[in-house]
Amino acid sequence: MSAAALIERDFAVPDIRCAGCIAKLEQGLVRDKRIAAARVNFTEKRVHLSYMPDTDMPDLIGAFSNLGFEAHPIGDGPGDADAEAETSRELLRAVAVSGFAMMNIMLLSVSVWSGAAGATRDLFHWLSAAIALPTVAYAGRPFFRSAWRALRHGGTNMDVPISIGVALVCAISLYETATSGPHAYFDGAAMLLFFLLCGRWLDSVMRDRARGGVTALLRNMGTGAMVVGDDGRTRWVDATALEPAMTMLVAAGERLAADGVVVGGESQIDLSLLTGESAPQRVHPDDRVHAGTLNLDAPIRVRVTAAGADTAIADIARLMGEAAQGKSRYVRIADRAARLYAPAVHCLALMAFAGWMIAGAGWHHSLLIAAAVLIITCPCALGLAVPAAQIVAAGELMRAGVLIKDGSALERLAEVDRTFVDKTGTLTLGRPEAIDLDRLDNGVKPLALALAQASRHPLSEALTRGLQALDVRPAEVTSIRETPGFGVEARCAGVVVTLGRPQRADLGDALATELTVDGRPVATIRFADRLRPDAAEAIHALRGESIDAMILSGDRADAVAPVARKLGLTAQTGMSPQQKLEAIERQSALGRKVLMIGDGLNDGPALAAGHASMAPGSASDVGKNAADCIFLGDRMMPVVQTVRMARRTQAIVRQNFILAIGYNIVAVPLAFLGFVTPLVAAIAMSGSSLIVVGNALRLKRAIR
Amino acid sequence: MNGLIFLIPIALGLGLLGLAAFFWSLRRGQFDDLDGAALRIFVEEEEESGKP
Repeated sequence: MSAAALIERDFAVPDIRCAGCIAKLEQGLVRDKRIAAARVNFTEKRVHLSYMPDTDMPDLIGAFSNLGFEAHPIGDGPGDADAEAETSRELLRAVAVSGFAMMNIMLLSVSVWSGAAGATRDLFHWLSAAIALPTVAYAGRPFFRSAWRALRHGGTNMDVPISIGVALVCAISLYETATSGPHAYFDGAAMLLFFLLCGRWLDSVMRDRARGGVTALLRNMGTGAMVVGDDGRTRWVDATALEPAMTMLVAAGERLAADGVVVGGESQIDLSLLTGESAPQRVHPDDRVHAGTLNLDAPIRVRVTAAGADTAIADIARLMGEAAQGKSRYVRIADRAARLYAPAVHCLALMAFAGWMIAGAGWHHSLLIAAAVLIITCPCALGLAVPAAQIVAAGELMRAGVLIKDGSALERLAEVDRTFVDKTGTLTLGRPEAIDLDRLDNGVKPLALALAQASRHPLSEALTRGLQALDVRPAEVTSIRETPGFGVEARCAGVVVTLGRPQRADLGDALATELTVDGRPVATIRFADRLRPDAAEAIHALRGESIDAMILSGDRADAVAPVARKLGLTAQTGMSPQQKLEAIERQSALGRKVLMIGDGLNDGPALAAGHASMAPGSASDVGKNAADCIFLGDRMMPVVQTVRMARRTQAIVRQNFILAIGYNIVAVPLAFLGFVTPLVAAIAMSGSSLIVVGNALRLKRAIR
Repeated sequence: MNGLIFLIPIALGLGLLGLAAFFWSLRRGQFDDLDGAALRIFVEEEEESGKP
C-alpha cells in the first residue's frame, strides 16, 4: 500500500490524562496493521491517525476501546481545516514580528536618547524607519482591517484611533527623519502594536483553548450507524451520509443517528436529552423514534425517515437561530468604552493641533504635538485591560473544570440576576444510579457484579459502577450469555443465575432489574436519576449572590415536584422548547438578565436566548454548542464559582479601566504642553501596560 | 564610529535569526501541544527501533 492512499483523521479522546496514556495510545494503536501512524495532542485531547482507506469507523473506534479509551471522530470527513486556529497563529506571528521590531528600534532609540547627534542620529532614525514601516504594514493589518470594517459600516471601535494614531505617527516620524529632526516616534508605534497584539492574541488563545475542550466533549459529532444493505450485509455509514429509506441496526446502549420508524424489535428508548422526560419510553414496530435518543434495552431495526438537517432537531435549530439574534446585540465592554473614548481622543488631538496653531507654533510643531497626544492616549493599557483579566480568569476556571467559550461570556455572566434551571441532567445527574445498594444481602452483591460486568446495557453499567464503589469483588461465574431484551445468564457453582428484566408486574414504569438464583428471584435493584450531590448547596449559594432560581422542565409535574420540594424552588413543568424560550423572553422584557442552565436538545433555544448560559459536560451536543460555558463533573458548585469569578473579573476590568484613565489624566496635559518626547512616551506606555497586567494577575488563585 | 558598520548588522542579524527560528518552530507545530511536550519525556519509546 502506498503512503499516498492513507486517510488522515482526528479523533477526540477525552480520557487522555497522563504520560502513560500518550505512550499507550501511540504505541498501542499502530499494532493494528491498518493504522500507519498515531500522534497524540495532549492539550486538545485529540489523536491524529493515518490509516488504510479500507478501515471501517467501528474498527478504528474498536482499536481505541481495546486500549481502554473512548474515541469519537471529529468533523464530517478527513482533513477539516481549522480556520480559527489559523487566526491565532497569524496573530502570534504578528506578535513575534512586532516584538522583534520593538526591541531593535528600542536599541537604536536608546542610543539617540543618550546623546547621539548629527549624522549618527539620522542614520539611526533611518534604520528605525526601515524596521518600523514594514512591521507596521505587516503586524498592523488586524487593526487596519477591523477599523476599516467599522468605518465602512458607519461605526467606530477601538481599532479606529489605533489605526489613525499609528499611521499618523509613522508619517510624521518619517518627515522628521527626512528633515533631520530631533524626535522620531518609530519605537512608540512598534511598541504600541506589540502590546495591543499581545492583548488580541490572548483573547484569541482563550477562545481556541475553550473550543478545543468543547470539541473533545462533543460525543455525537461524526457518529453514524450500522446500515443493513439489500444483500443483508451490514456496513458503517457516517451520520452525514445517512439517507431516508436506509435501515439502521441500533444496538442496545447506542444513540440513534437519524429519525425513523421501528421496523423490527422492541426496546425502551431514553428521551431525556430530547425532551427532558426522565422515564424511558417503550417502543414497538411502527413507532416513531428520534435522532439523539438512546436505545436502552435490545437491538432494534429502524427505517430512516429523515436524516441530517431534516430531523426533528431542525425545528429546534430554527428556534435557536431566532433566539441567538438577541445575544449578538450585546456589545462588549471594550467596544462600549471605545464609543466614548475614540471621539474624545480625536477631539483632544485636534484641539492640541488647533491650540498650538493659534499660539503661533507653526504647523510642523503643532502636528508633532498632536501626534504625541494621539500616541500617549492610544489605548495601549485599555487594549490589555480586558483580555489580560479575562484570560487569567478563564485559566483559573478551566482548572476548576469550567470551560468558558469567550470573553464576552464572562462579561455577560457577571451581569445575571436570575437563573432558570432544567431538571433532568442538570439538577440531576441525567443517568440512572442504582439506589439502596447497601441494603442488598452481602451474599448476592458479588453475584450481581459478576453478571452486571458482562453486559454493556446502561443499567448494568450503572450497577457495576455502584457496586465497585462499595468495594465488592465479582463472584466466579461460567458460561455467561446475554439475551438482548432480557438480560444476562450464567452458571455459578452449578446453579443458573440471571440478572434481567423483573418478572413482577407491580414495578410499573420504574427502572429496575432482578437477580434470580435457580429460577427464584432473590433481589430487586431499583434505579433512579439522582440529584447532583451539591445541588442544594449550589442553589443556596446562588441565592447568597442574590440570584434567585426556578426550574423549567419538560418533564411531568409529579417527576419534578420531589426535586423542587427538596431544593425549595418553584417550578414550571411540561414545557416545550418554545415555552422555555418564551419564559426567558418575558424575563428579558422585564429587564432581568437570565442565566439559563440546561443540557437537553429541548433546552437549546433557551440556552441560546439566555443572557448567559451554562451546560454540564454530559449535555447533548446541541446544548453544549449553545451554552456560553460548560462545567465538567458531577458537582454543581462550579456554576456558582463561575458566576463569582465572572463578577471578580469584571471588577478587575473596571479597576484596569480606572488605572488606564488615571494615567491619561496625568499624561494628556503633559502631551498637550509638548513635554512628551519619545522617551517619555515609551516609559509611560510600557509602565501603564505592566500595571494593568499585574492587576489582572491578582485573579490567579481566586478559586481555592 | 566605524564599529557601528559591523555592530548594527550583527545585532539586526541575530534578531532576525531568532525571529526565523521562532517562525520555523511555529510552522513545524512545536507550539501545538505544549502540555503534551512536557509529558513526553516520561514516555519510553519501546518500539521505536523496530519501526522504519
